[in-house]
Amino acid sequence: MMIDLFSAMAKSVIDGDPNTAADLARSALADGLAAAEAIEKGFIPGIREVGTLWESGEYFLPELIASAEAMKAAMAVLRPALEKSDSASKGAGKIVIGTVEGDIHDIGKNLVSAMLTANGFEVIDLGANVKLIDFIEAAKASGADIICLSALLTTTMLGQRRLVDLLVEHGLRNRFIVLVGGAPTSREWAEEIGADGYAENANGAVREAFALMSKAGK
Amino acid sequence: MISGLRPKLELLSPALMDQILEEAFLILERNGVFFENAEARTLFREAGQNVDNDTQRVRLSRGLVERSLATTPASINMYDRSGEKSYRVGGDEVHFDPGSSGTRILEHTTRRERRPETADLVKIARLTDVLAHLDFQSTSLVSADVPGEIADDYRLYLALLFGAKPVVTGTFRTAGFRPMCEMLCAVRGGAAALKAKPLAIFDACPSPPLRWSLLTSQSLIDCARAGIPSELISMGMTGATSPATIAGTLVQHIVENLAGLTLAQLASPGAPVIFGGSPSSFDMRQGTTPMGAMETMMIDCAYAQLGKRLGLPTHAYMALSDAKTNDAQAGFETGIGAVLAALVGINVVSGPGMLDYESTISLEKMVIDDEVCALAYRLIDGIVPREEILAAHLFEGFGPETNFLSMPHTRKWYRAEHLVPIVADRDPYDTWESRGAASIADRAAGRVKDLLDKNPPNLPKSDIVSDLRRIMEADARENGVSFLPSLPG
Repeated sequence: MMIDLFSAMAKSVIDGDPNTAADLARSALADGLAAAEAIEKGFIPGIREVGTLWESGEYFLPELIASAEAMKAAMAVLRPALEKSDSASKGAGKIVIGTVEGDIHDIGKNLVSAMLTANGFEVIDLGANVKLIDFIEAAKASGADIICLSALLTTTMLGQRRLVDLLVEHGLRNRFIVLVGGAPTSREWAEEIGADGYAENANGAVREAFALMSKAGK
Repeated sequence: MISGLRPKLELLSPALMDQILEEAFLILERNGVFFENAEARTLFREAGQNVDNDTQRVRLSRGLVERSLATTPASINMYDRSGEKSYRVGGDEVHFDPGSSGTRILEHTTRRERRPETADLVKIARLTDVLAHLDFQSTSLVSADVPGEIADDYRLYLALLFGAKPVVTGTFRTAGFRPMCEMLCAVRGGAAALKAKPLAIFDACPSPPLRWSLLTSQSLIDCARAGIPSELISMGMTGATSPATIAGTLVQHIVENLAGLTLAQLASPGAPVIFGGSPSSFDMRQGTTPMGAMETMMIDCAYAQLGKRLGLPTHAYMALSDAKTNDAQAGFETGIGAVLAALVGINVVSGPGMLDYESTISLEKMVIDDEVCALAYRLIDGIVPREEILAAHLFEGFGPETNFLSMPHTRKWYRAEHLVPIVADRDPYDTWESRGAASIADRAAGRVKDLLDKNPPNLPKSDIVSDLRRIMEADARENGVSFLPSLPG
């Protein structure tokens, strides 16, 4: 019975079906199942399978995005219960993400956001054209571990440098990990501006986020 | 004499073109397009359009768009730096220019990309100047040794100093337009002269889906008023920022470009506008935008066909590759693109020299691609009779000893009919081996060096040089940049 429920949860993520995922999460809570157990035994195995399907070349980005959406829908239902229970399962970390001010491109950022969510990070997506100070306010308010900055234009990538400078000015540089990306950026650029990490695509961003979290001992 | 046939490629049936245009007009009117620029919205409101300032949405009536199409010139004459040589951008004329606004350069010796500096931009301008099949130059790279705040006009500054061909360029910031326009006026000798003889094309990219940003709308307005041709670069990525189907993406492409074109006509009726783009077949595995994908090229050819149907000059990003080095992929993607673009008759084809998703320029590839462009031009020159009698007279006295090598007819025509490659390999095997078994990239590197050694920089007159320098330095100062890199040579 329980096993059926868990495999239905996994299947909802694998199928990329957010409505079913949210319904299953709600009925699990109504039946008295712990949120952490629903995540660990139901939804996480689903997203792992999605990862396998991606690696084997079976799944492409549209499937991946749909699965991430399903995972997000389930987490939206389960997270409040999870926080109330003060469970050890806090997920992979908390991330504030957005495209820097002056730049309205957000497709790359959306992919990164979806992949991070699918991999268990709690992602606060501020959208595109985000004022630098808003990144900092959101990161402070949510107690984020990482700030992810995207930029598609040669001009707006300068905002990434200014954000790092702004963190230093506010005495917050060591409190947040800064991860940058976007077409004109590079690892050299990340080093030059004093960011902590760089990724050239969404999968790279997930790897980098995990590596930086463990390096920071989080 | 019987005339030859200009070979021509069309991908869309008339009925499919009709449907694409109908759906585009429907979307323009019903869903509208976002314009972030308040001045743009004011122009639309004054033209009686449905404008929502809160959401920035502008709905465009079919009547206005059709009137705008009617006032847009069907062709534009671009002029080189001297103002003497002209290039018609219209009809089925084809002009190649290097791909633009890359952020990396491929180093031949290490086969690795690095960030480009002033000396690299100068080399590109000088090389483009002497490559015979690149009619236009472009501000190909963003120089990493000047701050980003002045990256746009600095590129144009170097291009105008070191190259005489018309320039494909664009602004990175609203304030970039003024110094860039001043530079163009300085070369031409005033704003009226620049309007009469355009020297540069400014690219303006909408943000898919259906959005014109603050910067790009302003560029359209400013260029229209200055008589500088704007190139509309709609760039949907199939299944990501535009519909997954090619036909669906074409509908969005038309909507975005027509919205931009209408803004330009409202800012200044008769403003020169080029119907262009840089769409791509989005790679659902990597999340990348392959310019060498066949589907990307199909979208390019098809929107250009639609642009011609609308009576507009056309542009596309073709004759480029996503390869990271000058390998077989670089060659075939570039070759296919150049040939297709020429067969469609796309007026401005931006791409030669470019690799890695429009991000990297290779000097060696520029030389190779110049030869690719030569092949494409040869193809569209087609097969022509040359003389009233094709061959019958050559067989008078035909016998076992007849050969054509010694005939005057051969000497008269072989050069016009057949290209002799410079970097493509036609050596017999042993010769090729004895010359070091070099790759085409190696031979191209040698030719880059030769061309740069043998051709001194083609600088404008000294008063223009000092005017350009003054404008550049003033803008640098205004942006808090006290030091510009010194120029080579």
